[in-house]
Amino acid sequence: NARRKMCPEAAEKPTVIKARAGLLWLQKTQTVQDENVNGEYGLIINGHSLAYALQKDLKLELLRTACMCQTVICCRVTPLQKAQVVELVKKYKQTVTLAIGDGANDVSMIRAAHIGVGISGQEGMQAVLSSDFSFAQFRYLQRLLLVHGRWSYIRMCKFLRYFFYKNFTYTLIHFWYAFFSGFSAQSVYDDWFLTMYNMVYTAVPVLALGLFDQDVNDRWSLQYPQLYSPGQLNKFFSKKVFVRCVMRSCYTSLVLFFIPWAAMHDTVRDDGKDIANYQSFALLLQTSLMIVMSAQMFFLTYYWTAINQFFLWGSLAAYIAITFTFLSNGLFFMFPTSFFFIGTARNCLNQPNVWLTVFLTCLLCTLPVVAYRFLLIQLYPMITDKVRYKAQKEGLPTPSPYRPPPRRISTRRSSYAFSHSQGYGDLVTSRKFLRLKSRPSLFGQKDSPVVENQPQVYRTITEEVEDSQS
Amino acid sequence: MGKAKDKSGPLARRPDNSAFKQQRLPAWSPILTANTVLPFFYLLALICMLLGVWLLLTVQSTQEIKLDYTELGNCDQCFQLRKNVSYAAQTCSCKVEFSIDRAFKGDVFFYYGLKNFHQNLRRYMDSRDDEQTLGRKTKLKNPSSYCEPFAKDVEGVPIAPCGAVANSMFNDSFTLTYHPSRSRTIPVPLLRKGLTWYTDKNVKFRNPKTDNLTLAAAFEGTRQPLYWQKPVYDLDPHDPTNSGFINEDLIIWMREAAFPNFKKLYGILNRADASFTKGLPKGNYTIDISYNFPVQYFQGRKEVVLTTLTWFGGQNYFLPIAYLVTSSLILLMAVVLTLAWWKFGKDGKNMKE
Repeated sequence: NARRKMCPEAAEKPTVIKARAGLLWLQKTQTVQDENVNGEYGLIINGHSLAYALQKDLKLELLRTACMCQTVICCRVTPLQKAQVVELVKKYKQTVTLAIGDGANDVSMIRAAHIGVGISGQEGMQAVLSSDFSFAQFRYLQRLLLVHGRWSYIRMCKFLRYFFYKNFTYTLIHFWYAFFSGFSAQSVYDDWFLTMYNMVYTAVPVLALGLFDQDVNDRWSLQYPQLYSPGQLNKFFSKKVFVRCVMRSCYTSLVLFFIPWAAMHDTVRDDGKDIANYQSFALLLQTSLMIVMSAQMFFLTYYWTAINQFFLWGSLAAYIAITFTFLSNGLFFMFPTSFFFIGTARNCLNQPNVWLTVFLTCLLCTLPVVAYRFLLIQLYPMITDKVRYKAQKEGLPTPSPYRPPPRRISTRRSSYAFSHSQGYGDLVTSRKFLRLKSRPSLFGQKDSPVVENQPQVYRTITEEVEDSQS
Repeated sequence: MGKAKDKSGPLARRPDNSAFKQQRLPAWSPILTANTVLPFFYLLALICMLLGVWLLLTVQSTQEIKLDYTELGNCDQCFQLRKNVSYAAQTCSCKVEFSIDRAFKGDVFFYYGLKNFHQNLRRYMDSRDDEQTLGRKTKLKNPSSYCEPFAKDVEGVPIAPCGAVANSMFNDSFTLTYHPSRSRTIPVPLLRKGLTWYTDKNVKFRNPKTDNLTLAAAFEGTRQPLYWQKPVYDLDPHDPTNSGFINEDLIIWMREAAFPNFKKLYGILNRADASFTKGLPKGNYTIDISYNFPVQYFQGRKEVVLTTLTWFGGQNYFLPIAYLVTSSLILLMAVVLTLAWWKFGKDGKNMKE
């Protein structure tokens, strides 16, 4: 049969690999591996045949054959069959599925897929109401995936990595101090710092990072669809990345605790008075932690809007302001038992050896990160690094070469054109009614033709099973 | 189809075409290029090396002497005596001798040090009442419950100052003598005031208002802590500005140390004295110690430290050496990065698609 012709060396029975996946290896999965084919194929199957193909004994066969093809067209299928096809792919391939449709008959498919996209307009709002994302035209799917989806993935990963990192560091320092405080659970920071750290000092910069960060701007994202592949390969946040983040936190917390310990435990102020006391040490640790975290945020952010700047420097300024306020005389007189760190900032932070310690810890925490990233860019640059380098050299992407007058793929070509009797088929294939005047673009920007309705010539994209319905 | 924004019609729900909502905010997008990163690393290596050398020279100009006197010489007898609690009221003194090879030029600071005494234990640190030591009358006779079991004595009389921190105050005292020759002895005067932070002495610790009463009367109705020999208003009988809660030894002790091995200031050399205007001359010295504080319960050690200081602090070689080590590490990293860049990334040859 066809499959044997496409891939002669393949085994007769499909190999189903049973494995465990998921967060704690609790989910059981079954995977059918992708196979190599000797050429490019497409598959067209209609609803009647699909009814037989989706039966238990034949569905794996269908899946294998379909996955060997570049494109699969299932026509005249019922809504239930659409959902069944999506579920077949979901179950046996460990991939993310996306279903896009505009009519009420697409609802079951949209709900079955991991990501459902509804088109609002011609056929009403039923698809929109049951979908995760919705927009008005099919062509916006490109922007959804390549620009917004990609940015969202990158922002989420950076946010998570930074969040875990700052909290692990902040907490692990207490672990090291426990060895020196007789394991009595004595906190190594001022109580107010413990409260304010996550709520005030480090909350807003990371929020700005998660909202505004872009690695390349939208035009470059559309020009280079390969930028999408790190997301598909789970490059930016996985169990491995998480463990690496924890290791980095361990190292940072070791530096942040032991360098001040070694520098401070046997010294005094320049006038002989005490500096190795608990309150001064706590203040020193707090200050170096804040500065190191701000420096990390500085190197993590790729896209510095005015809002990011304001939030980052504002957080540091808030830390300084709040610290000096809470350690002032006035608040101490009002609430002596709550603000008993009085005077520490004035007596500890005016010593040069304190600031030299802070400087050293900052260097030791941030420079390895910078060096590692730079080394990776030189030795194993990722597609992101290459495009950013190009973007920095060239500014905006060059528009693609002039194409002959566009054939507009009308949004009117939706499922009902095929659901009637065969008479309309000839009409559609003659392409007579597809030629329409081009509309001005919605926002008046002269985008490159890439963004407008073009059948895009893509460069290699990693395989993504997507059912195209018509 | 019009592009005008109206509140109704097909474009009513179109989002604004503003830079903020369309994610087109003007921004700075730095990337790590060789001509920013590499000079930065070399510059930092240079800065760290200069700092390390400078700090090393500064620290080397300090002089320090440490003497562990827990069982040294005839202090051993006192050590044995203090093992027994019933002799706590008995005084014991001992002598420790040492000599200085090079004169200590400038200000000399005298510290007492303890090892293995955890002033940073959580329950110990909580066991104090900052309102009482601030001189609030309401709290003087009604100390906070955090001070338990050191808040009231067996008869129910409140303790001032309450808590475990004040109770365990260090009570050895030292007298330093200089022996320029075998027969002559010159006592070394130590300033026992001006040892605390300004904010501690003047803001954090205040005596209860006396209103023309004596200090002893202001503390009427309270008792001294259990382990003390003298009440708090008698800590310095000669100087009322150093008695009560604002006694400098008490304030210094109440500022808990961060680590189990610490030192606290006891006195500063009084250079107004004719023999010691330039510092401590070289020669033989003895310290007469009134040995009271028992350390064997926590396997601790006691020591005495004499040191000169610089703007950088005491004699602590860690930071200068750390800076030198860091500078060499940064230089190594910079060289590795330069090699990697030269071989792989120069002129963007690794940036081909």
